[in-house]
Amino acid sequence: MAEKFTLEEFFNLLKKYNVEELEGVRIEGDLEIEIEPGAAVDPNTINALLALTQYVNLIQEFGNFLYHANMALTYLQRLSQAFGIQLPVAAPQVQVPEVKPTVEVPKIKLPEKLKEAKFEPYKVEYPGKIEEVTLGATRSEGGTREITITVGGERSLAFYTFDAEMPHMPVIAIDVFDRRPMLAKAVREHYEDVLDDPAEWARKAVREFGADLVTLHLISTDPLLEDRPASEAAKTVEEVLQAVKVPLIIGGSGNKEKDPEVLEKAAEVAEGERVMLASATLDMDWERIGNAAKKYGHVVLSWTQMDINNQKTLNRYLLKRVGIPRDSLIMDPTTAALGYGLDYAFTNMERIRISGLRGDQDLNFPISSGTTNAWGAREAWMKDSPIEEDTPWGPRELRGPIWEIVTGLTLALAGVDIFMMMHPGAVAVLKEIMNTLAGKIAEKADENAWISMEG
Amino acid sequence: MKVKSPLEIYRYLPQTNCGECGYDTCMSFAAQIIERTVKPTDCPPLVKEAEKNPKVKKKLEELIEITSPEVKEVIIGKGDNAVKIGGEDVLHRHELTFFNPTALFYDVWDTLDDKEIDERCSKVVEYRKFYVGEFLTLDGIAVRCTSNDPKRFREVVKRVAGYGKPMILVSLNPECMRAALEEVAEERPLIYAATEDNWKEFLELALEFKVPVVVRSKDLNKLKSLAVTFKEAGVEDIVLDPVTEPIGEGLRGTFERVIQLRRTAILGEDKDVAYPIMVTPIAAWALEADDVSKAYWETVIASLFIVKYGDVMILHCLEPYAIMPIVTLRYNIYTDPRTPVQVEPGLREINNPSPDDPVFITTNFALTYYTVESDLTSGNIKGWLLVLDTEGLGVEVSVAGGQFTAAKVKDLIKETKIEEKVNHRYLIIPGLAARLQGAIEDETGWKVLVGPMDSGRIKGWLEQNWPPKEK
Repeated sequence: MAEKFTLEEFFNLLKKYNVEELEGVRIEGDLEIEIEPGAAVDPNTINALLALTQYVNLIQEFGNFLYHANMALTYLQRLSQAFGIQLPVAAPQVQVPEVKPTVEVPKIKLPEKLKEAKFEPYKVEYPGKIEEVTLGATRSEGGTREITITVGGERSLAFYTFDAEMPHMPVIAIDVFDRRPMLAKAVREHYEDVLDDPAEWARKAVREFGADLVTLHLISTDPLLEDRPASEAAKTVEEVLQAVKVPLIIGGSGNKEKDPEVLEKAAEVAEGERVMLASATLDMDWERIGNAAKKYGHVVLSWTQMDINNQKTLNRYLLKRVGIPRDSLIMDPTTAALGYGLDYAFTNMERIRISGLRGDQDLNFPISSGTTNAWGAREAWMKDSPIEEDTPWGPRELRGPIWEIVTGLTLALAGVDIFMMMHPGAVAVLKEIMNTLAGKIAEKADENAWISMEG
Repeated sequence: MKVKSPLEIYRYLPQTNCGECGYDTCMSFAAQIIERTVKPTDCPPLVKEAEKNPKVKKKLEELIEITSPEVKEVIIGKGDNAVKIGGEDVLHRHELTFFNPTALFYDVWDTLDDKEIDERCSKVVEYRKFYVGEFLTLDGIAVRCTSNDPKRFREVVKRVAGYGKPMILVSLNPECMRAALEEVAEERPLIYAATEDNWKEFLELALEFKVPVVVRSKDLNKLKSLAVTFKEAGVEDIVLDPVTEPIGEGLRGTFERVIQLRRTAILGEDKDVAYPIMVTPIAAWALEADDVSKAYWETVIASLFIVKYGDVMILHCLEPYAIMPIVTLRYNIYTDPRTPVQVEPGLREINNPSPDDPVFITTNFALTYYTVESDLTSGNIKGWLLVLDTEGLGVEVSVAGGQFTAAKVKDLIKETKIEEKVNHRYLIIPGLAARLQGAIEDETGWKVLVGPMDSGRIKGWLEQNWPPKEK
């Protein structure tokens, strides 16, 4: 303590230990630290200065012990360890590294390696199962179909194959009408040659457009149109049954008074073929339609207007009052087009499906969708937007099919098992995406190419 | 959010029923928090008290914590144009609602010349489609670095920033990304993407420039590992990209990964994967096919993940036939199912009608109403539009369901005093309500004309049918 330790001597000492001048930092006689104007001051520098403050304290002690240089070094090291500060003293060999790194603490502390983590997918299991329903009957089963189609059987949400196996793929029926219907141009052009011949129409739908089954709509029976008698319409049913070997769905005209009679007659001529009668609704004689299905061994489509409770009610009527077997009922909870109530249709179907999977015995039936309704959206058929401020809509022949595809795909995700569609392109694309989701398409493609592709 | 009952929230509130929040009682305010229509900070006394009292402050923070959404909300961009992604609480929209619509980013790339870049940017900025009383638009621009040249990327990013839209910067090269960030970090772009190979550099960039970052991996263990590492290093705004494979088994795998991530975040309460999910339908454009097929497939992938948990997307095709179904589906899926989309019933005067002009009637279902209203307005048709309260149902459904009846039409005619405003007694009803023609005539004494099935055809219909021939 007797010897006076000057600042000059201190710097000399630092030099001796190869300590360079601290950039931008001056140590005053009273050992206060100031930052020179213009020196970079960021939070890291401040941290570094905090470390320096400790350093300064040490320097004071250092001074006191200078006359015992070796002791001093030991002391510094001890302190350095105690404070956990990097000091210009690395080893007892009196080797002092630069002070500079002390100031330039790395800006951001980065971990050396990725932290290990294990992703544990949350498992979902439902207690219920959707009923399996078979359409069509082969000769040995009392019909004349060459193929039958089974839908339903799900134990998970649609295409959640990681939860449960998907026993049956959703299928696509193409609509056929027994008279010229109003059709969008983009649809009509594919059927121009068969519009007046339902049997040919059905054949084309199956052979050329890959329909899994065919829906024959007997709209000519509508009293507001030709008012064709039920017995006449039944002849068309026979023709179409002759023309194609896939299962059939038979629809009326939507006339509440006449449909029960029409569907009853159709059921009679199609006896044993296990067609689906479309449809029984709450506001028509569902009992008569249900009884026709039961009597002639068909499936009945239970159609309600986007109301889960009505769907429950009608299903119960058909099951309990009519006595429709559980393997002979399919539901149509109503399809609204993209942009025209698709949100309601989607949520209604999704709720119905989840209720069924959770064990609601009134709702665990396959779902059918009149996806052709998508063509009712003006975006699908109108030449261009009637709204002046709109960005022009683009060619309608490209708008229509994608409108039908997106409507169908959305409802596929809600759980639809049977799609009734019209545009062959839409049918093909929807099939492709459903096969993809079901894991039936092995292909893979480069998933990184888009990042750097020029175009 | 963790809490399910208003009671659990109520105990955090002042319980004074002061009404300052706009609700009569603290309990109804609590119920609104559950519904996510208000936030805890919308209670003025609670916020005021928290400023003074550290104990209350802690309580407020706890309340915010337990009422925060299951999935982290991330903001891309800044100011009025910023877009929020994530923030979801449920797996199915009927369980509550989905909150932040999938953000749609369309791409430009830096090997395009400036003119082409401007063209694409303008298309993104200008796109609009009228729907239910508003215009649907696109959210932002994704700039891809295809030059691998930091200088060029920086230049293009600067150019694109001039359009004022939120941006995603796409490059796996940290040097290019740094150059771009030095230019536009202020705009808070989302950076794409940190991978197993470049994560260190990207982590540094995310921290240094304080921007949201996408972490990308097909392997969900690795993806989670990236997210955890970034979170622990201090990155808050993380987006998960489980990698969009464009076809076949790859796409099926993508579907599985996206669903597993979201389901595990919400039902499995795994906070480490509770981030917004990125999907890149643009991957379809690397396939070998014609442009229409690629555009269709891109639209299919986009639709799939608008329904299933995609929070932000990068897309390529700017053709309106591809954009329109995507923006419409997004609107539909993200519409709040709790509030029926309806408008006020009553009488609307279209284009300053005179007493000689036609009287139309439609429903108060928002979609029907706005479609009819905009067709009349933009078709320069003068007329009187009666809006019937059908409880928010469309024409077809309400006619079938008994919400659109002759008796209700009569009441509406009376309430709106339309008989004092026109000097004729002709009512034009929607084509889909044709069956009510007789009943309405009997009930009201008006002559009923059946209009077209689609209001887009009213103009042509009027040319044939108005003024009515028989008086």
